[in-house]
Amino acid sequence: MDFWQLAISGLANGSVYGLIALGFVLIYKATEAVNFAQGDFMMMGAFITIWLTNEQYLGFSFWLAIPLAILIMALLGYLLDVVVIRRMFGQPQIAVIILTIALGFIIRFAAGAIWSHEPQLLETPFAGREVHFGGLVLGFEEVAVIIVTLLLTMFLFLFFKKAKLGKAMQAASQNQLAAYYVGIPVKRIQSLVWALGGSVAAVAGILFASKGAVDPSTGLLGIKAFAAAVIGGFGSLPGALIGGLIIGLIEPFAAYGLPAGYSQVAPYALMLLVLIFRPAGLFSQMHKKKV
Amino acid sequence: MSNSVVLKIDNLESYYGPIMAIRGVSLEVRQGQIVTILGANGAGKTTLLKTISGVMTPAKGTIELNNEPIAYLEADRIVKKGLVHVPEGREIFPLLSVYENVIIGAYTRNDKKQIAADLEMVYNYFPILKERGKQKAGTLSGGQQQMLAIARGLMSAPKVMLLDEPSLGLSPLLVEEIFTILKRLNKEQGVTMLLVEQNARVALEVADYGYVMEIGRIVMADDAKKLAASKDIQAFYLGVSEAGERGQKRYKQRKTWR
Repeated sequence: MDFWQLAISGLANGSVYGLIALGFVLIYKATEAVNFAQGDFMMMGAFITIWLTNEQYLGFSFWLAIPLAILIMALLGYLLDVVVIRRMFGQPQIAVIILTIALGFIIRFAAGAIWSHEPQLLETPFAGREVHFGGLVLGFEEVAVIIVTLLLTMFLFLFFKKAKLGKAMQAASQNQLAAYYVGIPVKRIQSLVWALGGSVAAVAGILFASKGAVDPSTGLLGIKAFAAAVIGGFGSLPGALIGGLIIGLIEPFAAYGLPAGYSQVAPYALMLLVLIFRPAGLFSQMHKKKV
Repeated sequence: MSNSVVLKIDNLESYYGPIMAIRGVSLEVRQGQIVTILGANGAGKTTLLKTISGVMTPAKGTIELNNEPIAYLEADRIVKKGLVHVPEGREIFPLLSVYENVIIGAYTRNDKKQIAADLEMVYNYFPILKERGKQKAGTLSGGQQQMLAIARGLMSAPKVMLLDEPSLGLSPLLVEEIFTILKRLNKEQGVTMLLVEQNARVALEVADYGYVMEIGRIVMADDAKKLAASKDIQAFYLGVSEAGERGQKRYKQRKTWR
């Protein structure tokens, strides 16, 4: 029983890591920039939702607050690309990395200034409910997190498989130059990818805040999600999600079986192992160009 | 030569960083023609095409497509206006399927029926692509990838198609095959083409008109047949060698334009 309890809560945490990792990979694939503020995006999405729905702030309905928060984050992602990132075109990659790290700091302190540094919990209509499943007692939130993550992944999968816009995003990420040649508006597509990254971060934030308190430094778990993306093979969407789930699963078991201190290292130790033995990641999508 | 001018370029200049790669090029392509640009490596042929298709921004000059200025527009707007660029070196989308690669060529269009009809037409000319439809495009052979790039370009229903070195890296047999298809497309579908080639022999065979480019300038322009007969072209681009009066090597002689 213990095993399943740990596994479910691990999967729920892992889903959030996976969604942040998904954001990393989405943006990296389409624009070759690594958005190190992705974790802070997640935190910001969580705080915007809290701000919209909690009694102490605006007190909107929960079901209104969610789409609103996702929309706001999408807009922020879009604007960030149009106003800042696009100007960095042609600069070395490291410049964009430093920029997004700095952006993470800014978001963290801005969130602290606006919503204070106290941990806060998202008020959901189903707080405290439990799900009984074959003798297991599970928090409703944990089950919801896993289900929503699955649904979102399926939606993204279909979006990239079927939708014209999804195809264009894939095309622009696989061969940017050729995308220009076939008439894809590459710049707009890249901004839309940032918007998508922002909204995925918002969903991750909502899920995270519904099952535990957030404070402005919560965004630092983006580093864990980065490890997840690396384990999955930076550049593979399913890989990112599975990497997140692996890290989510490892944590509770490491905490259960290893002395304190070692358990926190476990995800990064795994990342090192993957980098040593499979440098391209577990699910790498590499392609060599024919000459 | 009574056909109307589809593409008109006037005094175009373009830079690669500090280097002036296109030094005032003017040329015309008429409806239904195949026009070829010959030239050695580094003459600026590819840069010229990239500037026309909007991937590079010109520094000076005008480009008109059916009397409408298209210079300085974004690349996707230019494709929408009916000018498509089939790049050199088979720039395809390796992880998308062959079918997806072909169909994404119609990205700028919305007329579903006509797109379906054009897909049939394209498959008619390149049956191998229909056969391999589900395969990832990166697994195709070099020749098939080149065909895919041409097919993708056709799907935008272009008024003018820019072709950059379709023969690059292909066996003589495949070059023959691809140029036969290009000629058929030109005759049967009326596709107007601006063709850049190093393989001057095949290019002059299919072309109606030709320009010769050297270090960013057009140095010679004439009907393809006359070009093929010209001594300079024969010596420098077709590799015909003739012994001079004293048996002196041709490289000691001057080209007529220098």
